[in-house]
Amino acid sequence: MLSKLTKTKAPTSTDFSDSYYVASQWELVRRKFKRHKLARVGIIVLALFYTIAIFAGFFSLSDYQKRDVDHVTMPPQNLHFFDEQGKFHLRPFVCNYIYTLNMDTLERMFEEDTSNCYDIQFLVHTHPYKFWGIFETDLHLIGVESPGYYFPFGTDEFGRDLFSRNVYASRISLSIGFVGVILSFFLGSIIGGISGYFGGAIDMVIQRIIEFIISIPSIPLWIALAAALPHDWSSVEVYFGITIVLATVGWTTLARTVRGKFLELREADFVMAAKISNMSDFHIIIKHLLPSFASYLIVILTLSIPGMILGETALSFLEIGIRPPAVSWGVLLQDAQNIRSLALHPWLFIPAIYVIVTVLAFNFIGDGLRDAADPYKQ
Amino acid sequence: MHKYLLQRLGYLIILLWVTTIVTFIVIELPPGDYVSTLVSRLEGTGHTISEETRQQIQKEFGLDKPVHIRYIKWVEQITNGNLGYSFDWKRPVKELIGQRLTLTITIALLSTIVTYAIAIPIGIYSATHQYSLGDYIFTTWGFIGLAIPNFMLALVLLFIGLRYFGVNLSGLYSKEFMDAPWSIAKLLDLAKHLPIPVFVVATGGSAGLIRVLRATLLDELEKQYVITARSKGLPSAKVLFKYPVRICLNPLISNLAWLFPHLISGGAITAIVLGLPTAGPMMLRALITQDTYLAGSILLFLTILTLLGTVISDVLLVVVDPRIRMERSSS
Repeated sequence: MLSKLTKTKAPTSTDFSDSYYVASQWELVRRKFKRHKLARVGIIVLALFYTIAIFAGFFSLSDYQKRDVDHVTMPPQNLHFFDEQGKFHLRPFVCNYIYTLNMDTLERMFEEDTSNCYDIQFLVHTHPYKFWGIFETDLHLIGVESPGYYFPFGTDEFGRDLFSRNVYASRISLSIGFVGVILSFFLGSIIGGISGYFGGAIDMVIQRIIEFIISIPSIPLWIALAAALPHDWSSVEVYFGITIVLATVGWTTLARTVRGKFLELREADFVMAAKISNMSDFHIIIKHLLPSFASYLIVILTLSIPGMILGETALSFLEIGIRPPAVSWGVLLQDAQNIRSLALHPWLFIPAIYVIVTVLAFNFIGDGLRDAADPYKQ
Repeated sequence: MHKYLLQRLGYLIILLWVTTIVTFIVIELPPGDYVSTLVSRLEGTGHTISEETRQQIQKEFGLDKPVHIRYIKWVEQITNGNLGYSFDWKRPVKELIGQRLTLTITIALLSTIVTYAIAIPIGIYSATHQYSLGDYIFTTWGFIGLAIPNFMLALVLLFIGLRYFGVNLSGLYSKEFMDAPWSIAKLLDLAKHLPIPVFVVATGGSAGLIRVLRATLLDELEKQYVITARSKGLPSAKVLFKYPVRICLNPLISNLAWLFPHLISGGAITAIVLGLPTAGPMMLRALITQDTYLAGSILLFLTILTLLGTVISDVLLVVVDPRIRMERSSS
């Protein structure tokens, strides 16, 4: 669908050089995918997000759990290139903020203290953190020397740096989709495979079960299952609990596709040939059937990751998903639940932008892959 | 046709029975029961409860019996129209959920209508005006509509309302009508508040439908019979609406089967954010306080609603499409 939007161009004469005819199927898919512009944008965005998530400590500006009582619900700090005299600085700088209490509304009013400014430093040694839990370091990509500070996304009600919290939150939010999808992949391909390959009564029963699961409204079901996770579980246990909850619904779509493909290919000549050669059922499934529609599986998996990410965000937002002190985008959005505080501090909504951009990127890539994997599409 | 309907009905009854089992399992999953939640909450506020009182409460609610007995008792009660008693609200479940379910159904039905009302014209326009500015705008909108979860859209609308217009858009009634009996004025007030949740819930669903309709119609428009009709000199509106559009309505109807659970599910979370008095928020609270019968009844009814939606879409498909009618009646 989207390929039409981005206008995949018709193959020119150079495309049909010898290399086109000898290229493997995957090579053809790769070439077609490269022509899909939005999908490429998606790849770049996700590569950036995942790099930041993997090296969260290196990219964070402050300790994401540190509470700073002097900077509670501070708005995002401005980055300056021009000083008060209008002189241009190649190295940007930020100024510290001072606050006054508005006695009428009891609100904190933050103001920039232009006499108290600090340059942004690159590859700077500031707060210490544990790199992948292995060794201690204090090297960061950017930072400001103490007593200066830089909160590009502002702070929350405890004065914690929202930028660094977002960076750490992306670890859970971005990985939960993958873990959930891997789980649904196993469930879906095994159950769908059994259903499609054997057919008959087994197929009937499995299909009815799938139809039933699809007809249960997913969010109430997720809420019910997530509420069942024991309160005394550790963050890691809750994390896997949530992925299992998400996968209980997620595997069904995959199982349906796998079944459909199995039914279609079961009658194919190469399967018949394999059967006559006395190959075992299991062997035929693994060796011949699965590889022949692997590209479809990849497309469906890519397109189901955003659903998982949104599911986690929704559950955490309702306070029955990931639990603080662990942070995910949904946990950060809990602060935006109170609409009055959101109206006063709109920067609390920044995590939502991350969620939307991530989901869009996955959808673009999925669409690009779908078009690329379709052999009948030029 | 009648045979098919009967078959479908029999299948529905089996599904309903499975639903009660699944619901019961889901409800029984959380460790502990209402009494233990109650006790820990009371202890949190400094009260102590003797083992005797504890057992007494447990007996009172029938929580001391084994699981299968409780299940049978629960199903027995439901078939008698008795949905049990809410521990938390201290009122029969039936009284509590009646009005809330009506509102849930109202919102779901309205959203379904709005979803189709948005999706069908836009889908047709996008397909017939491929690569036009309008098509690009709608396609982009569709993508974003799919990417924004319902609850975020609800939050954004609340935010815009409060920040730029100074009005609070949450809730379904204004304050003065909250506990008022039903009247014309209250109905009008409800009508004023309904568009926001309906719009929020309909956006995500219509985004998906637009994509489906656009793709199928584009495929259909390339077919020979359309070219033939056009070359015969048929007016273009007639060419479009007489055949291709009608064929493309098929996937839209079969989509109803997933759209309805989707709308109920999206409606639940939107209602929580908007603070609507529908079934979703009540269910969330009931699950957290382990108010078994209340949560169970709500989950049960939401599932039944979606099952009915599936049956309706199946039957509609048979009515609309002669090919499916032939196939089903012959089997």
